[in-house]
Amino acid sequence: MSSNHPLDQLYRQVIMDHYKNPRNRGVLEGTNVDVNMNNPTCGDRIHLTMKVEDGKVADVKFEGEGCSISMSSASMMTQAIKGKTVEEALRLAHIFSDMIQGKEYDDSVDLGDIEALQGVSKFPARIKCATLAWKALEKGLHNHEHEGR
Amino acid sequence: MNVNEIRALFPILHQQVNGHPLIYFDSAATSQKPLPVIETLDRYYREYNSNVHRGVHTLGTKATDAYEGAREKVRRFINAKSAQEIIFTRGTTSSLNLVAASYGRANVKEGDEIVITYMEHHSNLIPWQQLAKQTGATLKYIPLQADGTIDLRDVEATVTPAAKIVAIAHVSNVLGTVNPVREIARIAHERGAVIVVDAAQSAPHMKIDVQELDCDFLAFSGHKMCGPTGIGVLYGKRELLEKMEPIEFGGEMIDFVELYDSTWKELPWKFEGGTPIIAGAIGLGAAIDFLEQVGLDAIAAHEHELAQYALERMADIEGVTVYGPKERAGLVTFNIEGVHPHDVATVLDAEGIAIRAGHHCAQPLMKWLGVTATARASFYLYNTREEIDRFIAALQKAKEYFSHVF
Repeated sequence: MSSNHPLDQLYRQVIMDHYKNPRNRGVLEGTNVDVNMNNPTCGDRIHLTMKVEDGKVADVKFEGEGCSISMSSASMMTQAIKGKTVEEALRLAHIFSDMIQGKEYDDSVDLGDIEALQGVSKFPARIKCATLAWKALEKGLHNHEHEGR
Repeated sequence: MNVNEIRALFPILHQQVNGHPLIYFDSAATSQKPLPVIETLDRYYREYNSNVHRGVHTLGTKATDAYEGAREKVRRFINAKSAQEIIFTRGTTSSLNLVAASYGRANVKEGDEIVITYMEHHSNLIPWQQLAKQTGATLKYIPLQADGTIDLRDVEATVTPAAKIVAIAHVSNVLGTVNPVREIARIAHERGAVIVVDAAQSAPHMKIDVQELDCDFLAFSGHKMCGPTGIGVLYGKRELLEKMEPIEFGGEMIDFVELYDSTWKELPWKFEGGTPIIAGAIGLGAAIDFLEQVGLDAIAAHEHELAQYALERMADIEGVTVYGPKERAGLVTFNIEGVHPHDVATVLDAEGIAIRAGHHCAQPLMKWLGVTATARASFYLYNTREEIDRFIAALQKAKEYFSHVF
């Protein structure tokens, strides 16, 4: 496909790679973070399971159904937060949220593959697709923090 | 019917979207508005905006006449016996909720049955789900045939003498199925139930005669039939409406108010508490005039031809699945193998084509179809065969694009 198709800034190669070959797909057993979330307006859904130990995301998996943007975003998210501390993961979620809304974002952190989703900010109708997994992450870590106290 | 003349009356259609002439294939979600409707709203606000049914000034009388004149237009549009049977609401959802909350709460009790189908829009599903929970009644579903139609034998079997309400879509917003409402009404009445018809997807597109259908209640929205948003209609048989209690109380709907008791106005106003949707109703009246001028039969024939043409062309694209029966109203719901409907919609949008993607407010039906989401192209009087040709080319492009990026 020619690289000057207007949709190429949305459907970057790395996004389609994550869509086709999702990382960390599945459900973790015996975890302490288990979140179901859906996007009621379009039917996308995600089931996120995480093992949080000593303030770190020791393991994470996702299951779900949705479009290329929502599923690739979920795959990238799990890849990015695995092994990170809870604070780092939440900070990443915050940076991601800024980036996807087209705001100025903290570029001192290497976003890796996630940066490919930047183009979504130019497709307002698809922003919710990209944020679903990250909202599940925030909810899961938030619940975990509260239960832990 | 001259489509070019019709299109000239819809200013919104004459624009470029993402560098292409707009093709609007999302009329089942909301239709576009013709100049006669836009100008009627403009004139109301510029020339005679006033509250209705109160005061004696000239503008108030003019507004009241226009508002009640719109009610008479609606009466004629669906051939109701009396304008007193026409209640203005916020839309189909409000209309159906009114029936469930008023008629339902008064007439349905524990052990009774409420019957709907798998193809209902959430607005004709959740009010009944709630009513069943509140009253202890059982909610039952009429099953669907493999092609998304209803077999009357299943209606006979599902609607028992315990049924108090049968609620059904006239036309499915996903499958395009046109349900045999008159026959279902006959069965419901034989069993002693009332029939509630969700006409949101039929009233804009075909001639409706409530006396011929013999339905007890019928609901539809103005915005899907060239009218403004925020206005809808509930038709009900007079003898039923008369016995029903209002669900909203306040100004406009009262007769006498005393310290500890009040009485209600007569039909239809007892159901229209508060300042009514004056501009919306007048705009709906203009939309009805417009549709009748074009002719509902001509509109139905035009959409039928477009849908059949789209089905024919889509059958040629490998990997495209179309849901619903061949004989259908003017919409086509589909999926392209390996491409999520959101992605299909984004690719089409880049070509200037507006379609809907998602679950179409029909999650139980999506489950029945075995999918989580679908794409839908829906047609109206202003669409053309040439637009379908461009749509088909864009579908090919979507398929090709995603097979390359993989």
